[in-house]
Amino acid sequence: MASAAKAKQLDFAKTPINSKLSAQQKVRLLTEMVRIRRFETESLRQYQAKKMGGFLHLYNGQESVAVGCVSLMGDDDHVITAYRDHGHALAVGMTMNECMAELFGKVTGCSKGKGGSMHFFAPDKNYWGGHGIVAGQTPLGLGLAFALKYKGVKGAAMCFMGDGAVNQGCFYESLNMAALFDIPVIYIIENNGYSMGTSLARSSSFKSCLAERAEGFNIAWGQCNGTDIYEVRANVQTAIERAHNESKPTVLEIATYRYYGHSVADAKHTGGYRQKEEIENYKQNHDPIQIFKRRLLEEGTLTEEQYEQLDEAAKAEAATAAQFADESPIPSEESITQDVYFEVDRQTEAGRTGKHFFNS
Amino acid sequence: MALIEYRDALNQAFAEEMERDPNVVLMGEEVAEYDGAYKVTRGLWQRFGSKRVMDTPISEAGFIGMGIGASMLGIRPVMELMFWSFAAVAWDQIINNAAQVRYMSGGLINCPIVIRGPANGGTNVGATHSHNHENFLANIPGLKVVCPATAYDAKGLMKSAIRDNDPVMFMENTLLYGEKGEVPEEEYLIPLGKADVKREGTDISLIAHGRAALTALKAAELLAAEHNINAEVVDLRSIRPLDEEAILASVRKTHRAVYIEENKPFCGVGAQIASMLQEKAFDDLDAPVLRISSMDAPAIYSPELEKKQLPRPLDIVEKVLSIC
Repeated sequence: MASAAKAKQLDFAKTPINSKLSAQQKVRLLTEMVRIRRFETESLRQYQAKKMGGFLHLYNGQESVAVGCVSLMGDDDHVITAYRDHGHALAVGMTMNECMAELFGKVTGCSKGKGGSMHFFAPDKNYWGGHGIVAGQTPLGLGLAFALKYKGVKGAAMCFMGDGAVNQGCFYESLNMAALFDIPVIYIIENNGYSMGTSLARSSSFKSCLAERAEGFNIAWGQCNGTDIYEVRANVQTAIERAHNESKPTVLEIATYRYYGHSVADAKHTGGYRQKEEIENYKQNHDPIQIFKRRLLEEGTLTEEQYEQLDEAAKAEAATAAQFADESPIPSEESITQDVYFEVDRQTEAGRTGKHFFNS
Repeated sequence: MALIEYRDALNQAFAEEMERDPNVVLMGEEVAEYDGAYKVTRGLWQRFGSKRVMDTPISEAGFIGMGIGASMLGIRPVMELMFWSFAAVAWDQIINNAAQVRYMSGGLINCPIVIRGPANGGTNVGATHSHNHENFLANIPGLKVVCPATAYDAKGLMKSAIRDNDPVMFMENTLLYGEKGEVPEEEYLIPLGKADVKREGTDISLIAHGRAALTALKAAELLAAEHNINAEVVDLRSIRPLDEEAILASVRKTHRAVYIEENKPFCGVGAQIASMLQEKAFDDLDAPVLRISSMDAPAIYSPELEKKQLPRPLDIVEKVLSIC
């Protein structure tokens, strides 16, 4: 079993999109995953220190998905995701400082403290959020891809979603239109096995896998394991090429796992709806960072010392971000009614005409 | 000036804006090959083709969300809801996405989208097809809400709505689509947030939006002819942004006000206006501000009764006489 798995792993290393990676690029992939892990761990610490409010949905364990997918983006490829959005944000190049400051509700946050954990955005990096309502982003992802096609741009929109989101109606409305209008959208189902506290088996009815539901829409679909970042990249690359060259959608399901609860408020994730042994098994045997690190060590691309260095750097970067967030000012009271209307913010003629706010 | 139907005034606005800006796209159920369920978009598919005028499946949440997503990347979709009542199906996309994304992104994103269609009762189609959402939607910061009553207003406001960089909820009326009004040959725009005094008067202000403004005009004629009361009719045209100054100016002149709308009474637009008037024009008022809404029950089907459920000119006359 182990040797078969290893053989499969090597196959993905040989796919063109992976075999052409330079040593530097490989280390970069690992570094990005480690940065997300360290950011999330630091944000949990800060949450426990009561530095932030609201919800915190951690990405630990799923890093290979965001990093693998985003590593394939060209200038005209776009990303949108749900509320477990820190990993994708860092992967597209948002800084730890702006992300941590957003968690702290500070004016230096990526959304000036107006969005919070679930609502990170960086349109200049083709990153369109960060959406709090389960599956609410699936029609938006369709719209981003529609806009690319309308403008005649060769690009794709990767729309991430959890396994819980597949049971919302607007996802199927989106699939139908994606197929009907040949829209270059890629729905990436990050299947971490749990729809909040409800396991896959208790939340979804399916034949072989969730992505197979795309079959009924005549949409190309696939399923892969997220443990190996090379496997993620190989499968996503196929979908991106389909989007770029044929303007066709794809549904890709990636098996992954979260080490923490649905959110930090989820106390039953260990020993409740799932057993401690299950979590330990993933950490020991399927951790995407450890597996990729081992591969790079074995092939001589990386040394233990280098790994220690990049890990320490990520840890330090996260700690610095927490300090930056802590020392940043909170937004001004006046800012509460800013960024509501474009026209008002810009004080255009439309923004100066009529009353837009009604407190006085 | 040409005398054209309300629907054709809207049609002209679409055509002109589509000619002006290649990013303007019309989408909705039956808007293209069928020419629109109410023929508002007739001829545009033939003229502009399938890329610019698109039929969508019956998937309001999906296609409204698609339009919102496209607008974030700079497309200017004009989305038809066959009935505004169907917005209930797309509520999450409108409320959580179109209205909030600018705010939650700290102003990095905006949604230049128009969502439009008829929002009215009075056509015997039962409660599911007869909702007025303007008060609900005007309650959401981030959205703009427009309710034109005439062909002239419909065209001018639609052109402004399409050029606006915020999401505009544009509410039409199936009972008005066939109504003719004068529309200039030359281009004009009407800004959102500007009310229109549709009849000058001195004795009482009849303030209204949508088709109720026309009902108020009829009531004003009756009041003049039969009761020697000279009523002023102020048509808000746009609910949010709101032309508060025009309302205050009228009430400071007449000292009496009645708000008329086809919405339901609880937290209706009239409630907002009445509250504002008691706060800002208390000393100018010689009588309490009264409100007329549709009768507070789901829209009844029975054709004869439904006429009575919506405000009629005589209902307004009666209300006015109680304070004049």
